[in-house]
Amino acid sequence: MGHESSVPLFWRLIKPRYQLIGTKCTSCGNVFYPPKFLCPVCRKEGKLEEIKLRKTGKILTFSIIRSAPAGFEKETPYPVAIIELDDGPKLTSQIVDYKEEDLKIGRRVEACFRRIYTDGKEGIINYGLKFRPA
Amino acid sequence: MKVAVIGIGVTKFGEHWDKNLRELAIEAGAKAIMDANIRGSDIDAIYLGNMSAGRFVGQEHVAALVSGELGLSIPAVRVEGACASGGIALREGIFSILSGQNDIVLVGGAEKMTDLMTDGVTTALMGAADQEWEAYYGLTFPSLYAMIARRHMFEFGTTREQMAKVAVKNHHNGSLNPIAQFNKEITVEEVLNSTMVADPLTLLDCSPITDGAAALILCKAELAKKYTDDPVYIIGSGQASDTLALHDRRSLTTLDATVKAAREAYKQAGITVKDIDVAEVHDCFTIAEIVATEDLGFCKKGEGGKLIDEGATELNGRIPINTSGGLKAVGHPVGATGIKQAVEIVLQLRGQAEKRQVKDANIGLTHNVGGSGATAVVHIFSR
Amino acid sequence: MIGIVGYGGYIPRFRIKVEEIASVWNADAKAIKSGLNIEEKSVPSMDEDTATIAVEAALNALKMAEIDPKEIGAIYVGSESHPYAVKPTATIVGEAIGCGAEFTAADTEFACKAGTAGIQMVMGLIEGGYIKFGLAIGSDTAQSKPGDALEYTASAGGAAFILGKNNVIGEIEGTFSFSSDTPDFWRRDGIEYPSHGGRFTGIPAYFKHVVSATQGLMKKLGLKSSDFDHVVFHMPNGKFPINAAKMLGFDLEKLKAGFVVSKIGNTYSASSLLGLAAILDVAKPGQRILITSYGSGAGSDAFSIKVTDLVEEKRKKTKKIQDYIDDKEYVTYAHYTRLRRGI
Repeated sequence: MGHESSVPLFWRLIKPRYQLIGTKCTSCGNVFYPPKFLCPVCRKEGKLEEIKLRKTGKILTFSIIRSAPAGFEKETPYPVAIIELDDGPKLTSQIVDYKEEDLKIGRRVEACFRRIYTDGKEGIINYGLKFRPA
Repeated sequence: MKVAVIGIGVTKFGEHWDKNLRELAIEAGAKAIMDANIRGSDIDAIYLGNMSAGRFVGQEHVAALVSGELGLSIPAVRVEGACASGGIALREGIFSILSGQNDIVLVGGAEKMTDLMTDGVTTALMGAADQEWEAYYGLTFPSLYAMIARRHMFEFGTTREQMAKVAVKNHHNGSLNPIAQFNKEITVEEVLNSTMVADPLTLLDCSPITDGAAALILCKAELAKKYTDDPVYIIGSGQASDTLALHDRRSLTTLDATVKAAREAYKQAGITVKDIDVAEVHDCFTIAEIVATEDLGFCKKGEGGKLIDEGATELNGRIPINTSGGLKAVGHPVGATGIKQAVEIVLQLRGQAEKRQVKDANIGLTHNVGGSGATAVVHIFSR
Repeated sequence: MIGIVGYGGYIPRFRIKVEEIASVWNADAKAIKSGLNIEEKSVPSMDEDTATIAVEAALNALKMAEIDPKEIGAIYVGSESHPYAVKPTATIVGEAIGCGAEFTAADTEFACKAGTAGIQMVMGLIEGGYIKFGLAIGSDTAQSKPGDALEYTASAGGAAFILGKNNVIGEIEGTFSFSSDTPDFWRRDGIEYPSHGGRFTGIPAYFKHVVSATQGLMKKLGLKSSDFDHVVFHMPNGKFPINAAKMLGFDLEKLKAGFVVSKIGNTYSASSLLGLAAILDVAKPGQRILITSYGSGAGSDAFSIKVTDLVEEKRKKTKKIQDYIDDKEYVTYAHYTRLRRGI
């Protein structure tokens, strides 16, 4: 990606992305990450509040990307995974600091703070959470 | 429900270095109009499936573009549902006839993908996934389906060989289809040994980047005989949605949207899955066909690999699947695919599928998916 | 008394050996190893930078401090490799560790002593009653020109210290600084790699400042070298701190606990602070620690820290520096070159 995206596009998601803040519906008790703006279970009867999630979970499935989208080419090959957090929600991210045997379904992982990608040479640096074997 | 298909048109699928989006769309539309034996002025409206002309060629407003190029001033609507854009354009066209508003509509799908460099295409296609929570982390479509594949292998023991056999079968069918991007037969070994794209999927597990367009002329069922002696009827249409992000789904190995769309379509058509003679399913990746055969009910959950092993989905099998060659061998110009699937089923039901013809094909199915399963649309066709 | 409420370190997993770098330049690895007293250095992953390292270290410090991050009133991140030339690293850290918005923040730069300068700033704010807790971090992904002598040592790491007045694991008995305009190492704006004055970095620069600051502190506090149980000086290589200890009359055994340089290299702003963290990982209650940083250009900050009884309980709550030193994966020079280009 070139230096073309507006900063607010990333800025407004800094808090949930950096701190793993999701939402919890006080009506049904469901926990959501990424955070939701409407409880998809209770809808109008639901009430969402912020919740800081624990940064641990396990790999549900994974792949290793060899052919990357624009902006990620320098990193190939890099593993990605769907992770089930210990607090329930599932998310997608990259796996880092791994050995080959760590890439397996059920492997416990923990979040770590990393660069995700940079917006060209002059644009902002986008950070977020990746996961490493725990 | 009942709406007739009285005309079909499709371009060759592939890398059309010398053709732009409008030329491809017009070629398919004109072929369909001629096939239907109508005049352009008979058309009441246009529904065009297109995923991302804005990203691929910098052009939005493409439905009006096509209408204008055809010299028509009728309502023209672009329909977008990622790779299911064509299938849901068809559905919108059907509804416009069933509503009584239109008698004859042109339903098309077109995509011009090769004007963008490959990494740009990869990025544009990721627009069908969750930009903020999947694409942000460097995910690609092959990797999303690879994660489905990995989980399917884990839960059901599906093998890489079974996935490879999907590609082999579809390449065989494609070799018999003059519009296919790939006319070359391949072997299981070639699939397994081709370049790794996103483990465990290799290059030959993936559908290619393709330019192409396809079109149908739909007509009110009661008027069909006025234009043709052998109309094909659409007797069921189902569509459903799921979360955009794969990680938010109930299951990583079932596309709930497919299950729901199929159930609705079967119910409308008054049939069961056993009545289907031929099907075009959304095989953007080999694993997608295995999952689709299960979700559509051609076999039990987890037995899609076995179904391939048994040869049941081959041209002369119990339920031939992707007789055209599928997205895998015909190519996958994303917005056009759903319409191309309908073209193949109409050819089969008309008995015009030549070397790919399935014997006694009376009822056919198309299954078109957007993204990693956030949109699914199923249509049932009958003679 | 102001003291350390929690501390944490972070060292990237990759390592490159002196032999591997030397083989690329046809250099005499054995001579370099003994000349610099260093075996290998840490290398950051492609997606790690000063900010990500600072965040990991700060999160470790928070785990030990067990305070509400919203009570942190100041964050200073010292580095000579801030990811942005203009735009603070400190606010990235604040957001990532959940400090809320009611805190003051700034990035500091003073070559390898920018981290200890932050500690002094936090001490002042706490002493003045302006804030309850403050966070000072030294973090770097040091750059070196390929083929330059610095390439054997310039590495990456971070250490974070949360200071406050209660429940401290180490009381800061005092601090003393010594500064002068001595350009022994520098990098002009917009230039990729730093330059240095070669042997000029020694006697008039490193040794003069480290020795003067340490002597000044001891005089101020009325302490002598035998009053300290552990000593750590900035570790640009494995030789300088030993020589400084000799000049100041310290028993070399006292350097041992904080001597991390031979296994991870010079982590610049984090160097002396990682040494301090490693000492706190093993120090006994009642022991006294001397830490003297050094930043080229030039200056030294010296501190005397008295370990409290709380150390044994609180340090169990976070990962030890030795754990990070032991968790490693070696890379080749080719891989190192690829990693260094970053994303």
